[in-house]
Amino acid sequence: MRHKFWQILTIVVFICLLLGTFIASRKKDKSNNKGPVSQEAEAALKQYGFYLEPVNEEIGVTFRHVSPDLDPKVDNIKLQIASVGASVAVCDFDNDGWNDFYLTNSATGSKNALYRNLGNGRFEDVAEAMGVADLNQKGTGASMGVVWGDYDNDGYKDLLLYKWGKTTLFKNVNGTSFEPVASSGLPEWANINAAVWFDVDNDGLLDIFLGGYFKESFHLDSLLTTRIMPESFRYANNGGRNYLLKNKGNGTFEDVTQQYGLTSTKWTLSAVAADFNGDNFPELYVANDYNVDEFYMNREGKTFEETGAAVGIGHIPKSGMNASLGDINNEGSFGVYTTNITEKGVLIQGNNYWQPKAGKGKQPSFVDLGQISGIENGGWSYGAQFGDLNNDGYMDLYVANGFISAKENTSYWYDYSKVTGGNSNIIGDAKNWPDMEGKSQSGYTQDKIWLNNQDAIFEDVSGKACPPATYDGRAVAMVDLWNRGVLDVIVANQNNVPTIYKNNIGNDHHWIAVDLQGTRSNADGIGARVEITWDGKKQVQAVTGGMGFSSQNQHRLHFGIGQAAGIEQLTIYWPSGHVDKIPHPAINTLHTVKENQPAD
Amino acid sequence: MQQEYEIKKVPQSGFISEWLKKNFQYIPPAFITLILLVGQLTYGILDNYMNLVVAILTSVVAEIVLARLVLGTRKNLASAYITGISVGILIRSNVLWPYFITALISIMSKYVLRYKGRHLWNPSNFGVSWMLALQTTSVAGLSVQWGSNFAAMSVIWILGLIIVNRAKRIDVSVTYIICFVILAYIRSLITGDAFLAELSPLTGPMYQLFIFFMITDPPTSVSTRKGRILVVILVAVVEFFFRLNNSIYAPFYALCLVGPVAKYIDLRMQASKKLNVAPSK
Repeated sequence: MRHKFWQILTIVVFICLLLGTFIASRKKDKSNNKGPVSQEAEAALKQYGFYLEPVNEEIGVTFRHVSPDLDPKVDNIKLQIASVGASVAVCDFDNDGWNDFYLTNSATGSKNALYRNLGNGRFEDVAEAMGVADLNQKGTGASMGVVWGDYDNDGYKDLLLYKWGKTTLFKNVNGTSFEPVASSGLPEWANINAAVWFDVDNDGLLDIFLGGYFKESFHLDSLLTTRIMPESFRYANNGGRNYLLKNKGNGTFEDVTQQYGLTSTKWTLSAVAADFNGDNFPELYVANDYNVDEFYMNREGKTFEETGAAVGIGHIPKSGMNASLGDINNEGSFGVYTTNITEKGVLIQGNNYWQPKAGKGKQPSFVDLGQISGIENGGWSYGAQFGDLNNDGYMDLYVANGFISAKENTSYWYDYSKVTGGNSNIIGDAKNWPDMEGKSQSGYTQDKIWLNNQDAIFEDVSGKACPPATYDGRAVAMVDLWNRGVLDVIVANQNNVPTIYKNNIGNDHHWIAVDLQGTRSNADGIGARVEITWDGKKQVQAVTGGMGFSSQNQHRLHFGIGQAAGIEQLTIYWPSGHVDKIPHPAINTLHTVKENQPAD
Repeated sequence: MQQEYEIKKVPQSGFISEWLKKNFQYIPPAFITLILLVGQLTYGILDNYMNLVVAILTSVVAEIVLARLVLGTRKNLASAYITGISVGILIRSNVLWPYFITALISIMSKYVLRYKGRHLWNPSNFGVSWMLALQTTSVAGLSVQWGSNFAAMSVIWILGLIIVNRAKRIDVSVTYIICFVILAYIRSLITGDAFLAELSPLTGPMYQLFIFFMITDPPTSVSTRKGRILVVILVAVVEFFFRLNNSIYAPFYALCLVGPVAKYIDLRMQASKKLNVAPSK
């Protein structure tokens, strides 16, 4: 009798469990529809305080990215391999006070674009005139991205173009033209997908980190072998080598990769440099595909030590595609947002927000807040950037999503799972990969816009705070395009037009922007940490030489401060070690600050 | 997965065999632990230890409680341990609750889905299949490899085959492997994909667990050797059609469909045989 009771109870509980999981799956299915939810601009302005409006045509941007050409030997997975190359990097290259931006193209013979801000709301492609358009000629490789940095400290930011091919440095000649720097010491041929400018030893000269993806011996448009793919989906170490190139100050760079210990050959897709431990020397976070990410501690500018596992970020191998800095809860410390893959029922990696733990002294360590903050599940995410889109004093987040949007209602995921689950001899050879036959993979997905609800908990306003955006987004850049004290957004989309979003703000929030010019430090002030305090809050941002996936934000740093009437203090920690403190700086103003000199 | 081996079927020869005979029930759990340890120490296959701990604890506690309350007995916990560890390895989620729910559903299925006093589904096969089919937002399967080391993979294959041989189930494993290879070739002809692409899943960890622990599970296997071989062929054929329909978790679903039907028929046949041989009064 007693057993009978428990039998019945067990059956009831079991049925409840099955029913519960079934009903939950139906609810979740409804809430996870990929279809975008369009919302009227006025409603979004009222509810979220901003609305992103695509304005390509109005401002004269007609650029379209075309994917790189590949050797016919890998035609079966061309869509898979040729899935990168759309990039965006912002820079006021002619120092006229208006932000310009550069977009890369990738097909052989295609042209890159440099959109000069005319200051009247419109932009003009001046790449051809400036000598930086026709850079995808046969035999030179395919453009993957650019980063701007003033390597010769002449006050004009120079252009480093990295490629699956010959990476090239272009000197900015007083904002009037660009000249390739001959014999610069850059690699003759490498398959680079990440680059940052940073001053490794704070000697005042910007150095270069290049992250390799495919092995540098491969020319992807003329292959001798099809054994070019990763040896594992989670533990691959057969990617391209990385490069650390030290600026010698005479227009040439020295390869110090071995000396500095950056010998990893993981498949690097992104990197960001910043001083995480307060010793003024920049650390390096490297996001890797098919393996764990890496965190390189800078040992007084003399060498790097890889401490990914020790600091907590190097345990779980994912598909690292982005590394960007944020301070989502206004704690005054840098967190790192990394993007990965989440595909329902197939692969749930989730994106990470690596928040530094407090009170650990000189050795940083991180804890993942991605899930708690609600910014974990993006889809097949690529580039991401933080920025205060509604100037409320809290950083919001834009994440580009979507891998391959080819034939609609098709999926390559099953085929993909077959080879990625197999032995290295199978996955490593492109000829074993099933023919894609034009199938999509995590395509037609909405970019994510996450609104920080002022408590580091984010609300998904994708498709509500902008019209539907279902291109295959790659690079994201935050920039004030029209000097309005508002962050606009540029998204470079693979094999498609970019999306230039004008940010319409529907509130009376205040802001402050800071543009740094180093004197003892490098001229760009790259590596400087800027902290503002107001209303009991504190937010920190860094001047970087590129971050995110194939992208670079505007050089100036933008802080929203909500309805605060003022800022208590603006503090600048320069890489040289000098600290500038500016009490009560004017708000709603762009401050240009020279190191160790009063603000303008 | 492989649960309660029939000790009497282990052949005797010398001290080691005698020891194995007495303790064979601990070999499969030890083997799956070894696989886990090798994977974890060499590649760190577990994204989070807590997931595994929750799955194992849930399985073991559920087994203790349900055996006591529902059957009024105490059960050897090796079976629950294997179920827990299988759930911990085979499903992937960024949250903890699926490990608890999957392990609970798996163990409860043993006490609810029964016929003639025997459970019909392999516990973890049922739980994992259910969650993979329904909880797609929170749960994915172990569809990626845990390393590309051919030597490590070979060791696992050799050890696995030795163990299923001791358990008199090598015919099941080998038949399945042969069927998979043949059907992979046929699929490659149909789909036009490389034969190695179709064969590839067999080289991954999901299939190692499936072949050594799930399809050989004695309590949910049929009683005759011929029957077991027929069933495993059917599993491979059903899986073949699932695969043609682009189902990533085809082997789990195939076993989940074929296994219990076969077991049900087997139990009925056994019952009618007993009736036929019973002496008439």
